[in-house]
Amino acid sequence: MASIEAQGDKHRAERHAERHGDHHDDGHDHGSVRSYLTGFVLSVILTAIPFAIVMAGGFESRFLTAAVVVGMAIVQILVHMVYFLHMNTRSDEGWTMMALIFTVVILVIVLAGSLWVMFNMNTNMMPQMNHEALGLGS
Amino acid sequence: MAVPSNIETTFLLGRLDWNAIPQDPIVWATGVVVVIGGAGLLWMLHKYRLWSYLWHEWFTTVDHKKIGIMYVVLALVMFVRGFADAIMMRLQQAIAFGGSEGYLNSHHYDQIFSAHGVIMIFFVAMPFVTGLMNYVVPLQIGARDVSFPFLNNLSFWMTVGGAVLTMASLFVGEFAQTGWLAFPPLSGLGSSPYVGVDYYIWGLQVAGVGTTLSGINLLVTIIKMRAPGMTMMRMPIFTWTSLCTNILIVASFPVLTATLVLLTLDRYVGTNFFTNDLGGNAMMYVNLIWIWGHPEVYILILPLFGVYSEVVATFTGKRLFGYTSMVYATVCITILSYLVWLHHFFTMGSGASVNSFFGITTMIISVPTGAKIFNWLFTMYRSRIRFELPMMWTIAFMLTFVIGGMTGVLLAVPPADFVLHNSLFLVAHFHNVIIGGVLFGLFAAVYYWWPKAFGFRLDPWWGKVSFWFWVVGFWVAFAPLYILGLMGVTRRVRVFDDPSLQIWFVIAAFGAVLIAIGIAAMFIQFGVSIARRDQLRDETGDPWDGRTLEWATSSPPPAYNFAFTPVSHGLDTWWDMKRYGQTRPRATYVPIHMPRNTGTGVIIAGLSTICGFALVWYIWWLAALSFAGIVIASIIHTFNYARDYHIPAEEVRATEDARDRQLASAGV
Repeated sequence: MASIEAQGDKHRAERHAERHGDHHDDGHDHGSVRSYLTGFVLSVILTAIPFAIVMAGGFESRFLTAAVVVGMAIVQILVHMVYFLHMNTRSDEGWTMMALIFTVVILVIVLAGSLWVMFNMNTNMMPQMNHEALGLGS
Repeated sequence: MAVPSNIETTFLLGRLDWNAIPQDPIVWATGVVVVIGGAGLLWMLHKYRLWSYLWHEWFTTVDHKKIGIMYVVLALVMFVRGFADAIMMRLQQAIAFGGSEGYLNSHHYDQIFSAHGVIMIFFVAMPFVTGLMNYVVPLQIGARDVSFPFLNNLSFWMTVGGAVLTMASLFVGEFAQTGWLAFPPLSGLGSSPYVGVDYYIWGLQVAGVGTTLSGINLLVTIIKMRAPGMTMMRMPIFTWTSLCTNILIVASFPVLTATLVLLTLDRYVGTNFFTNDLGGNAMMYVNLIWIWGHPEVYILILPLFGVYSEVVATFTGKRLFGYTSMVYATVCITILSYLVWLHHFFTMGSGASVNSFFGITTMIISVPTGAKIFNWLFTMYRSRIRFELPMMWTIAFMLTFVIGGMTGVLLAVPPADFVLHNSLFLVAHFHNVIIGGVLFGLFAAVYYWWPKAFGFRLDPWWGKVSFWFWVVGFWVAFAPLYILGLMGVTRRVRVFDDPSLQIWFVIAAFGAVLIAIGIAAMFIQFGVSIARRDQLRDETGDPWDGRTLEWATSSPPPAYNFAFTPVSHGLDTWWDMKRYGQTRPRATYVPIHMPRNTGTGVIIAGLSTICGFALVWYIWWLAALSFAGIVIASIIHTFNYARDYHIPAEEVRATEDARDRQLASAGV
């Protein structure tokens, strides 16, 4: 296996040398104490805000409360990915970012599609059963 | 575990007892043949002292070339089994008329059509395609092996494990009677209480681990290990289509795994994900399994589109027309394949909006596919085509697949689908695209790359016999099914009342016999070619005047593939090298660092197979023990530091010098 890695490293090193000779040659960003701390503080803030909103009883509209909480959660996912998982457009020649985008596209298709399909089926197929439940079916 | 209380189990053997042996003369006869044949094979291996050779050179190998060949051997063995199922079905349907019950009872017949589908997709098409990618991709990108050679060996043996479980169901217990996708509630415990569906689940789960790991492996290999200079847009088309296929594998097989886990929970611990009551929804299973199932058909066909591209470019002696559009078409298909799954269940009750959306996306997906067909046609246009066997299969593919594709577009129209759903028209359609697309491509690939793998060509005469019987046999076997489907005959039916239908089934059975002759001719071709290998020898390593890097090395390639990593300066790297008269590098050879063989893959896969068998039969102690064994074997393997070795420079020099002499004698 090592030979393969060595070969891969060599190619990577060559490509890196072309672009920026000073970068270490494994293609990954390992972060720094500073970036980890930034991520940590941001995560704490992004957790504290929704927690405080809910503890204070939330906004007038339930929908607004839920939207803010979910919105904060999504931002926090991004914070984790950028500061803890070192997601950026450069590492591994952009392949990690590409993989992330592809994953998000597929997830959205699968989740939104399944919800749409299943709700649509329920609306189409279920009224009959309600009739039966009400004794109107026969 | 919440085993249904009405099933009697013992601690030692779970629900395994003498009743598990099927009481069926056909199965008995098959069993006797298998036992005699197997014993004969083992005796031959013992007599010629091949055990050690097989173990050290093949079973434990981490060489991508040998693993690729083993995948193809597995696929061919399972193909014989799957085809035996097919011909039994054709015979049954041809005679079960006018009050005749045929010769298969319903319990057996239902297992046969389920096993046929499962085996042909999971244990023929998948290993065949994976084996092909394994063999060719590292050579095409100028690498010495895949990124994770041990994982490659493990993936292969996991696939074998799944196949073994599926085959074991023939003689111990039963296989699923649910069709190849095991829809609940039929596959639930209420309707299928015995072991058939459990064999299905664990066979697919064990093999699925192998498929997913090999997908990750090849994906990383293509992204990380390309030769210097080979940018994405300089990759051979086969490598591109393999990349897209492996992306699809990595993204979709987890969906299959999760869906089967939910079904397992329903069957083993009494959850209600897909049951009819207590809030379960069987339609969700259908929805989820087709989210895997549709990308799956593109997993199968995309690499073969790559094969056709390589074959057309090679045998017309021209650069492929529209390389860039071919790449974009492949990527488009990769994404679009996730947007069409509902066309498999238009009739399940979704509204007009949902059905039209998925009908339209399905029709759109035929656009990039059509673009590919035109690219191949324009490559062939006004070129001097050499009609060698791979090219013949490619032409047969183009004619057959276009018709299969058009019947697919017919089925994509929801109102038409309401008439044709679950009919033999559908059966004819998907055999038309899978045989005409995937299988023809695999045959083209075998004839194309066989000289590379073994150092001699295949005998063309028997190849042509096989070709004509296959192509004619295919149309004789499946054209009647289109007609029957249009007349409203549904699939998976065992006996018929209407005598006017019989003639079509008889014709279809005759077609199956023609295909059987085609298959026999193919195996004869292998035998004849091996016997005549000295006349058919390929000394040059480049028998077809190829264009891509795999033809730059010897046939068969040395263990290290390339003594020096090749450098790519454009598309069709090897063609450029030949055109610019590049000589083989003979600088100072250095020792080559290579991965070492290991038996851990065989051990882990063997334990997984035992674990699956124990779970099928509710033998909990054995399941727990073998699972613990898997974990321990994996941990022990991580402490194995003797994973690599060096091929000494002298040995590389000796190999390369022998190659020089070989080339000189061939006059190159």
